[in-house]
Amino acid sequence: MAGRQLQFSRAENEALRQEMERDARVFIMGEDVAGGAGRAALGIIDAWGGPMGATKGLIQQFGAERVIDTPICEMSFIGAGVGAALTGMRPVVELLFVNFVGVALDAIMNQAAYLRYMLGGQVSVPLVVKTAIGAVGMAPPNGGGSAAQHSGSIYSIFAHIPGLKCVVPSDAYTAKGLLTAAIRDDDPVVYCTHRRLLTTSCEVPQEPYALPIGKARTVRRGRDVTLVGIGRMTGVCLEAADQLAGEGLQTEVVDLLSVSPLDEDTVLEAVRRTRRLVVVDEDEPRCSVARDVAALVADRAIDYLDAPVKTVTGAHAPVPFSGVLEVAFVPTPERVVAAVHAAMRDEGR
Amino acid sequence: MATSPVELPTQASIPDDPAVLRWMYRHLVLIRTFEERVVSLRQSGVLQGSTHLYVGQEAVAVGVCGRLERDDYVASTHRGHGHCIAKGVDVSRMMAELYGRATGTNRGKGGSMHIADTSVGMLGATGIVGSGTPVALGAALSAKLRRTQQVAVAFFGDGAMGQGIVYECLNMAAIWQLPLIFVCENNRYAESTPVEYALSTRDLATRAGPFNVPFAIIDGQDVFAVYAAADAAVERARHGGGPTFIECKTYRYYGHFFGDDPLRYRTREEEEHYRGRDCIRRFEQAVAGQGLLAQAELERIGAEVRETVEQAVRFAEASPLPDPGEVDTDVYTPQRLEV
Repeated sequence: MAGRQLQFSRAENEALRQEMERDARVFIMGEDVAGGAGRAALGIIDAWGGPMGATKGLIQQFGAERVIDTPICEMSFIGAGVGAALTGMRPVVELLFVNFVGVALDAIMNQAAYLRYMLGGQVSVPLVVKTAIGAVGMAPPNGGGSAAQHSGSIYSIFAHIPGLKCVVPSDAYTAKGLLTAAIRDDDPVVYCTHRRLLTTSCEVPQEPYALPIGKARTVRRGRDVTLVGIGRMTGVCLEAADQLAGEGLQTEVVDLLSVSPLDEDTVLEAVRRTRRLVVVDEDEPRCSVARDVAALVADRAIDYLDAPVKTVTGAHAPVPFSGVLEVAFVPTPERVVAAVHAAMRDEGR
Repeated sequence: MATSPVELPTQASIPDDPAVLRWMYRHLVLIRTFEERVVSLRQSGVLQGSTHLYVGQEAVAVGVCGRLERDDYVASTHRGHGHCIAKGVDVSRMMAELYGRATGTNRGKGGSMHIADTSVGMLGATGIVGSGTPVALGAALSAKLRRTQQVAVAFFGDGAMGQGIVYECLNMAAIWQLPLIFVCENNRYAESTPVEYALSTRDLATRAGPFNVPFAIIDGQDVFAVYAAADAAVERARHGGGPTFIECKTYRYYGHFFGDDPLRYRTREEEEHYRGRDCIRRFEQAVAGQGLLAQAELERIGAEVRETVEQAVRFAEASPLPDPGEVDTDVYTPQRLEV
């Protein structure tokens, strides 16, 4: 019998609910996490349930003390999350879109990430920064997506910062497991929701579970080439792998899940076995996780390679608005297949 | 809640408890002596590294922290030595931190700008102007959620009043009525930039008014005035009355950082004016005038403090340097077995 199917945003909601039930120190703070705050007298409560719906219903169960709507001031309320984490709480703060990190980076980097080190190991900062990433990339007939300031992936920024961890789930199952793990982690974790995954569903166990942060998962076994995907790009890799199977190529697909820490062992083991690597990353290419993985393989497994490492990434451009431009920005299965073909041609060079 | 500022006492009487007076004097002098020793160590080339001296502002840290309990929270600034000492951080471990030794408060990883000891509620000092304020706000929120009676203090300077984050925090502290005390140490200079140039308001505390946060404007070189204002603010915070903003008009005797010659941007006459209102001398005159502490007792405390600071120097110099292998430890918390 097939297990329970659950939508991505409901899987996040379930993780939050179960961890708030499990641990009274967990609370949520951010813009519109309930919505319409302070209007209970008018019968208004939980007007939004979170900008993406992930916190729907939590204020009814846990009250306004644990589901706190904030003014629009990311640097201050994430900074306050640090202060609360230092003093016995386990806050989940919502950074609505990852690009808003521009006004909150001090709290995330100079405070949350660095404090443990700067203070010589005296403290831990158990803070979750939950944020939305990614381009819509649906190519409507007219108009487009959300443009540059609401569509970035930019988790490479977080991967660069020592003291931070950063996870990017690829489906509802990994969303629940990684959000649970992030809440239970003693260090600051940035948890990235790709908006285009929110309405996808898969089998998700009812009971609480945590997936280990820093561990990739192999979602398809193959011997000819390894594809490494991050977040929604894992699904793009699987589509490419289906097309390649039609050509007789057996493709390994590694779902990175955690961009920091990086699961070097799983990547290296797959590359040493398949001898070719294509990394697929929606983020912009310069100083990206894709190139970090490529550099890792160049450093530690170059003798195993039959072809140069290829990367398929977003353009070195802000994410554009117009549908046709946005689709041109985001990696597609076709681009991945083309990169694999290039890697196969490069063999023996 | 009130929409107009609540007046706080600005003319303070001297506390009549000799134990409080001794505590105040010891900490005023301990901050001064510790920092003057740091100056001599820097001048002789023994010590290196970024150092921002608090000398001149001692009455603020002592007056505020004198009203706090050990488990109350303080978030400090780049000019944090005084807050640390007044909150009870061990000066030997502070000195060892300045020496970059393994026995330092931060095991040599923080230095002067980041001294912290969470065991006494000192949540840390920050080199990013204004960024300690939301940390204190979060500690106050945490105290409220945990239903403790703890209060939090955010120390910051006039320079931070140029940062939007302070106003974001004033707003959140007000709408949530948090047990948070904003202590603005207006020492008249943000680095080299005079406050009258950088800020459009003469009395900075009045900026709290539109946020419906009660405020007070205090002579920050009068420890009794600071203590009285802190007393009212702490009592209000502890009993659910919400935040208070206290502006302490004060002065730093040295430059922005060690090595900065402040006469590049201010006058000797101005310096002499403020040195003439020195908080330690005024304390001594006040207690002598009322016969509260004998001169001999003040001298005894001064001698004890000098010995404490010399002990701190000896401790630091005898302490080991950090193991270079610790360059990348303490980045993450060791994994727990649970999960």
